Amino acid sequence: MSESGYLKILKDGLWTQNTGFVALLGLCPLLATSNSVVNGLGLGLATTLVLLICNVAVSLIRKLVRPEVRIPVFVMVIACAVTAVELAMHAFLPGLYTVLGIFIPLIVTNCCVIGRAEAFAFKNGVVKSAVDGIATGLGFMLALVLLGAIREILGQGTLLGQADLLFGEWGKGLTLHLIDDYRGFLLAILPPGAFIGLGCLIAIKNVLDARARRRAAAQPATVLQEAEV
Amino acid sequence: MMRFRTVTSPHVLLDASVGQVMRRVLYAMLPGVAALVWFFGWGVLVNLVIATAVALAAETAMLAARGKPLAPHLGDFSAVVTAWLLAVALPPLAPWWLTAIGVLSAIVVAKHLYGGLGYNPFNPAMIGYVVLLISFPREMSTWLIPHGVGQTQAMTLVETLRAIFVGLPEVDGLTGATPLDVLRTQMGLGLSVAEIRNSPVFGLVSGHGWEWAALGFLLGGLWLVYSRAADWRIPAGMLGGLAIISTVFYLINPQQYAPPWFHLWSGAAIFGAFFIATDPVTASATPRGRLIYGAGIGILVYIIRAFGGYPDGVAFSVLLMNIAAPTIDLYTQPRVFGARRG
Repeated sequence: MSESGYLKILKDGLWTQNTGFVALLGLCPLLATSNSVVNGLGLGLATTLVLLICNVAVSLIRKLVRPEVRIPVFVMVIACAVTAVELAMHAFLPGLYTVLGIFIPLIVTNCCVIGRAEAFAFKNGVVKSAVDGIATGLGFMLALVLLGAIREILGQGTLLGQADLLFGEWGKGLTLHLIDDYRGFLLAILPPGAFIGLGCLIAIKNVLDARARRRAAAQPATVLQEAEV
Repeated sequence: MMRFRTVTSPHVLLDASVGQVMRRVLYAMLPGVAALVWFFGWGVLVNLVIATAVALAAETAMLAARGKPLAPHLGDFSAVVTAWLLAVALPPLAPWWLTAIGVLSAIVVAKHLYGGLGYNPFNPAMIGYVVLLISFPREMSTWLIPHGVGQTQAMTLVETLRAIFVGLPEVDGLTGATPLDVLRTQMGLGLSVAEIRNSPVFGLVSGHGWEWAALGFLLGGLWLVYSRAADWRIPAGMLGGLAIISTVFYLINPQQYAPPWFHLWSGAAIFGAFFIATDPVTASATPRGRLIYGAGIGILVYIIRAFGGYPDGVAFSVLLMNIAAPTIDLYTQPRVFGARRG
């Protein structure tokens, strides 16, 4: 396995095939729990863990499972992984568990989990599948944290508020109050803010991609000119 | 030298460009705006100026960003109309940033991100209003007490400017609840409609001051309909729908439900019927559809006022019916001449 293969998996998960910005899978948790950075980070970590477990497990059993029954098997694997992650969060991060609430068990319905199992893990080896799980999860977390940061700054004027939920006592010092005496732009916290924010992020990503393509298209021409000189 | 005027074809009744219709809307708002200025002071005018300036700046910036020609789009006055519709709906002493955020949401998000004038599915002014209403409920419900109620002195222009740009002085009795607010909160205390109407904020028909503004907007609106800048079916449908449903509930229990004439003259009913619901881009396009569209707004306004969480519901109702407009159009297409019925 060449190294560029792993790099491509990472790049796909984080950017080219990003779950939140390109595939638009798992919109429900993305829109619902991205009202602050800490919430987004927490759900992103949980989803990454679930993706890693599921991808590894599905990749391990892929030769034993007949293709006809693969979907029910995926569902069982995912349900087990989500239950394990949920119980672990309940035990070690009770505060965040309470804040995220129903969205932790709902990771089971996140299409990107079964999507990666079907599209990648069922066809690839264990190590590649593990890398893909982590890359996809981190890509989802990137979307959650970016959207969470925008909504938290606009809505509350803070960054990393309630960080103690995720990092324990020392996390309290992480909270940044960017604007003193900020009234709060409630719309950003409410559901419409999630839709508008995600739309803007997707637009920005498309602009960046278009610019990169244009630069890539211009590249050969400059190389040629240099060669002529 | 002889001059020949070019005359349009005789069957074309209206030589209305977009700019002309938009200018008529602005003229038609003047009587209502004058009444608002009389009862609520300079703040109304300051809001109009701020909103217009922000709207023109935002329109220019968005047109430039989208690579569109500036002159024809700025000259059609559509941004100014949006700004005015929003500014009139804001509290007279709204802080300057409130007006600015509302206008930016209207012009940048609701209008240009959806493709500009003619492509926006939602009424931009109402999007701006709703963004403010759900984001800043406290600022949006701080209304001035109208001139002639209580002992307050009218604010001077300088005081008004200071309130808008620096902050509202903490003076008791300067601000108060709107009549629809009073109706809602007192009703929650178990009072009957007749008892509540003894409150000084109420005038002859509805709220003191507000009823004159409504009369001004009615006059302007009737002229809009007469000059065919607005289709009569939409205001007729909306006011008719509101009148019918409020009459039904009034007849069921006049103690608990305000009379229909109160509903018609309160809040933004008249203003919304003639100026907001009639936006040709976001309204239904077929003749029968416009009646249904208007009636839907009227009924929703009543439902939100009587049973919903907000004292007035014109903005929400207009936006909800904006969503429904394409479907209404689909089912109310007029029969092509010669086509079979049914």
